[in-house]
Amino acid sequence: MAVPTLALPQKKNYINAGSGLKSWLLTTDHKRIAILYLISISIMFLLGGLMAALIRMELLTPAADLMGSDDYNRLFTSHGVVMIFGFLIPSIPAVLGNFLIPLMIGAKDLAFPRVNLLSWYIYMVAGVMVLWVLFNGGLDTGWTFYTPYSSSVSTSEVLPTTLAVFIMGFSSILTGLNFIVTIHTMRAPGMTWFRMPLFLWSMYATSLIMLLGTPVLGITMLLLFAERVFGVGIFDPALGGDPLLFQHFFWFYSHPAVYIMILPSMGVISEVIAAFTRKRIFGYRFVAFSSIAIAIFGFLVWAHHMFVAGMSIHAALIFSLLSYLVAIPSAIKVFNWSATLYKGSIQFSTPMLYAMGFLGLFTIGGLTGLFLSALALDVHVTDTYFVVAHFHFIMVGGAVMGYLAGLHFWWPKITGRMYSETWAKLAALITFIGFNVTFFPQFIVGFLGMPRRYHTYAPEFQVLNILSTAGASILAVGMILPIFYLTSSLWSGKRAGKNPWGAAGLEWETESPPPQFNFDETPVVTVGAYNYGPVEDKIG
Amino acid sequence: MAHIVPVRTYLMVGLALILLTAITVAVAYVDLGPLNEVVALAVAAIKATLIVLIFMNARYAKGPTKLFIFMGLIMMAIFMVFTMDDYMTRQWTLFTQP
Ligand SMILES: [Cu+2]
Repeated sequence: MAVPTLALPQKKNYINAGSGLKSWLLTTDHKRIAILYLISISIMFLLGGLMAALIRMELLTPAADLMGSDDYNRLFTSHGVVMIFGFLIPSIPAVLGNFLIPLMIGAKDLAFPRVNLLSWYIYMVAGVMVLWVLFNGGLDTGWTFYTPYSSSVSTSEVLPTTLAVFIMGFSSILTGLNFIVTIHTMRAPGMTWFRMPLFLWSMYATSLIMLLGTPVLGITMLLLFAERVFGVGIFDPALGGDPLLFQHFFWFYSHPAVYIMILPSMGVISEVIAAFTRKRIFGYRFVAFSSIAIAIFGFLVWAHHMFVAGMSIHAALIFSLLSYLVAIPSAIKVFNWSATLYKGSIQFSTPMLYAMGFLGLFTIGGLTGLFLSALALDVHVTDTYFVVAHFHFIMVGGAVMGYLAGLHFWWPKITGRMYSETWAKLAALITFIGFNVTFFPQFIVGFLGMPRRYHTYAPEFQVLNILSTAGASILAVGMILPIFYLTSSLWSGKRAGKNPWGAAGLEWETESPPPQFNFDETPVVTVGAYNYGPVEDKIG
Repeated sequence: MAHIVPVRTYLMVGLALILLTAITVAVAYVDLGPLNEVVALAVAAIKATLIVLIFMNARYAKGPTKLFIFMGLIMMAIFMVFTMDDYMTRQWTLFTQP
């Protein structure tokens, strides 16, 4: 492993505190576990991205060029499973949350360090299972595993995949549990709830969903398992079950799971915007409570995925209304971030560029979500590329942009090195342009009626599809560039001081990279988060 | 903080769980009409309560822990109420068909 070269004969820190593979694989240090997660989810992200590239290549022409429908079904299913369960759900919590929560509250580690390591191993077991399925027959049900296709028709690898998702859920539950207990019990003296950085509020809200929602995903997978293996009648009408029940079960977790993916990004954006406007976040308490509100109301909207599935009109009306309501806390955040920008001394460093990208893209993603909660309009666009574009604006434009903002913001803290600002800014710009060229045409082509999940399409849609594929190749450049400049920064990057951005927060008061136990002595907190005054003297 | 429960209690509860399982199995062989399901669900609920309260020590939980256990129940209630809303109103239509 090349990582130990990072820490030259320097001060003792978490990276040079031990050496050899064993010291990493048996570590209980939250910072090292974050690095383990960073490596594993990056591999998942690359694989998922590779599949996306294949999908876009196939869709370059209306005909079936590269593959038939069976292979295409397996391709988009694996893309979904790998990206959602392998990358998006763990991404910010497991990497940045793991690394930063103890640092931000002034603690030595998480409440249960060994459980933390266990959750990584569970993730790895499930991850390997998913990859095994990929190379051994694949799965063709879509990442949603809808019944009755998944329970009684599909001959692909349903069982190993659902088992992997079941197992992966435990990793998520344990992470959520660990974060909640840590935030409740391990805050440094003086770190009251309302002095906490907003990143912690959003991690807390995310953990709530992980803890309360993920068990339902596990139950859903078990029920599917029971029906497929033992013929227990739950979803199959022939056995006295109801296929729609599966969708209720599945979306009860999987809609809140969208907030598991986006809430952490929102937390990152709050930190980044505060640091690069040198201001306290406008309406701190509103932003904090809106995270909790999203976590709670997120559980009341699941059936908006089922408007055309044959459920009752009464239930559809209620879920439509509730879906509109959940937009309010998200809007509160967007307005408060915008208000924070007002009269701030804005500095367009790389993390801020990603954060600005997030603001615009997330807003478009959120607003098109309102289109989809409108019952009549939803009938028109269900299962079209409009939906695909909508959730990619949320998950790539929102979650991935937030992840990249956070990775660039805390990279100097994690590694002790600065990356090349020039390259990083260029990558942020390329990502933003590539993303829009890829996904904006999909709104149009979807609205015109192109259905999702087919490898062929009507010829009149080709121009927009070519545009989308061209955008995807730009986006790919934006995603690959960071691999090079971030990796090379480990060797040739300028050393980062304690606080290269002049940001407020406990994590910036310790060394970069932090010592093994984070702080030499337990910090005492006397001021609230984002205490930005004249800060020129802070940088260094 | 941690409340010590005597091993005897665990054994008794374990025994009760086995007995209740036996009841579930036995009742499955008797035709009670719609009451079969009621009995099965009631027995299952009693077993779950015993496990949560005693094996999982929820009886002695305080503060946030208690709140989180309670939130689990609320989640279940939300899921059942809204899902049943769908099933109970499937026949309703907004407008009568001509
Ligand atoms: Cu949803």
